[in-house]
Amino acid sequence: MIPALTIENLSKVYGNGFEALKGISLTVQQGDFYALLGPNGAGKSTTIGIICSLVSKSGGRVQVFDADIDTDFPAAKKYIGIVPQEFNFNMFETVLDIVVNQGGYYGMPVELSRQRAEKYLRELGLWEKRKVASRTLSGGMKRRLMIARALVHEPSLLILDEPTAGVDIEMRRSMWDFLKQINAAGTTIILTTHYLEEAEALCRHIGIINHGEIVENTSMRELLRRLHREVFILDSESELPADISVAEFTCRRLDDHSMEVEVQKGQHINDVFAALDAQGVRVSSMRNRANRLEEMFVNLVEGAA
Amino acid sequence: MNASEQFNAFMTILRKEVKRYLRIWTQTLLPSAITMSLYFVIFGSLIGSRIGEMGGFTYMQFVVPGLIMMAIVTNSYSNVVSSFFGSKFNHSVEELLVSPTPNYVILMGYVVGGVSRGLLVAIVVTLVSMFFTDLHIHSYLVVLSVVLMTSILFALAGFINAVYANSFDDISIIPTFVLTPLIYLGGVFYSMDLLPDFWAGVSKLNPLVYVVNAFRYGVLGVSDVSLPIAFGMIALFTVIAFSYSMHLLNSGKRLRQ
Repeated sequence: MIPALTIENLSKVYGNGFEALKGISLTVQQGDFYALLGPNGAGKSTTIGIICSLVSKSGGRVQVFDADIDTDFPAAKKYIGIVPQEFNFNMFETVLDIVVNQGGYYGMPVELSRQRAEKYLRELGLWEKRKVASRTLSGGMKRRLMIARALVHEPSLLILDEPTAGVDIEMRRSMWDFLKQINAAGTTIILTTHYLEEAEALCRHIGIINHGEIVENTSMRELLRRLHREVFILDSESELPADISVAEFTCRRLDDHSMEVEVQKGQHINDVFAALDAQGVRVSSMRNRANRLEEMFVNLVEGAA
Repeated sequence: MNASEQFNAFMTILRKEVKRYLRIWTQTLLPSAITMSLYFVIFGSLIGSRIGEMGGFTYMQFVVPGLIMMAIVTNSYSNVVSSFFGSKFNHSVEELLVSPTPNYVILMGYVVGGVSRGLLVAIVVTLVSMFFTDLHIHSYLVVLSVVLMTSILFALAGFINAVYANSFDDISIIPTFVLTPLIYLGGVFYSMDLLPDFWAGVSKLNPLVYVVNAFRYGVLGVSDVSLPIAFGMIALFTVIAFSYSMHLLNSGKRLRQ
């Protein structure tokens, strides 16, 4: 099966001489939910900009399904739906007009465009707001409006550049559910985000970009499997002894009722419980100090710095 | 995109443009009607009655074609420059740039939007002028073709201005310091016969001279320049403006990073 996106040796040097991409290559398979992660300025938005024609590449090749952007950019564009990082719609236009017009730009007749706009505005909870000027929407609604706009021509590849930035938790989770549905229905999704738990919850494959280079490109499962250590915070019902320690584990008392324990690859957390039990400490709850993917991300990015 | 899809994209841009200027009609349509009424009252009635005849017509009859053309030029230009720069400013132009709409369809959509506003204002100003003078059209064909070609030319000029503009100041500099002087010096208010030979020669470098005189020929049947030359010059300027606009879109200059 032909990949949804193939990038080979993609490079970008801006007019001021800044080398944003240093010959990156990656492949996203059809039906995948792919996370493209990286710190600010790593090259994520430049990569997305090139794929959807807002940025001119300096070298390399990009193919979307069977369409190469150098030889048949219109065909490649038809495959893509883009949800950019910044709001990029006319704040004086109504919600409905913004979505219907986007359908028109993809060559859709106005009636079909209206039907699709209704479908996606309803699914994203914006139908009641269809007649209001887009500037009156909340931040979360504006993000959902951009998703509806990107979906109106029913693209095979949906690219979301930090779609949940500044969105509250409840709204973020409902957007996750919606994106999972779209993906399950067959749409390939590429997501950039700074919320690493979001990438972990949604994505099956992951690429990490740093200083314009791909430093990791693998499955989420494989990446997490390679995690060498995890730090857990344990809460105790009773007061912890001042000199609490667990043999062979690095641990630290945080306050009277909580402590953190570092578990290296190959160690077993059961041993921690056994040791604490022997000291009369009853653990009431346990959680990761940081998101597991975040740990890996920091290791990779700092390691490359 | 096939022809039908391109037509849908074109109509979408045009519909959006028309909707935009009708929504803000007090800023887009009304000012021209008021300004031209003042021109008719002051230059046509008050001052014109003391000037007497110009080119064999009353001064009011002489200035009406130029004033109508002035409204067409400024409205076609300002519609495209403000709309396209606005879409650049709020980044909504990206909606079009990421779509498969061909560049020439994008250009046509904006230009025809500007032309439609120019024509609408021309109708309003013509209706207003009828309160001040009797208008007898000498050649409908010439009038229609000059109006269309001129509005296309200045809509294209507005597009080029919008692509280069970095701020709202930049979209008012050209109309204020270039377009308005060219209009005033383009023979709207006087006949070229009144100018010394040197300045009459210099005036022939001004595209507005051809526009105003060709339109005046269509309405009154008189012109300071030959009609074929006037049409030829307008067509030449239009081809240059269209080619340059397409170059800007195809190269992505100031539109893509």
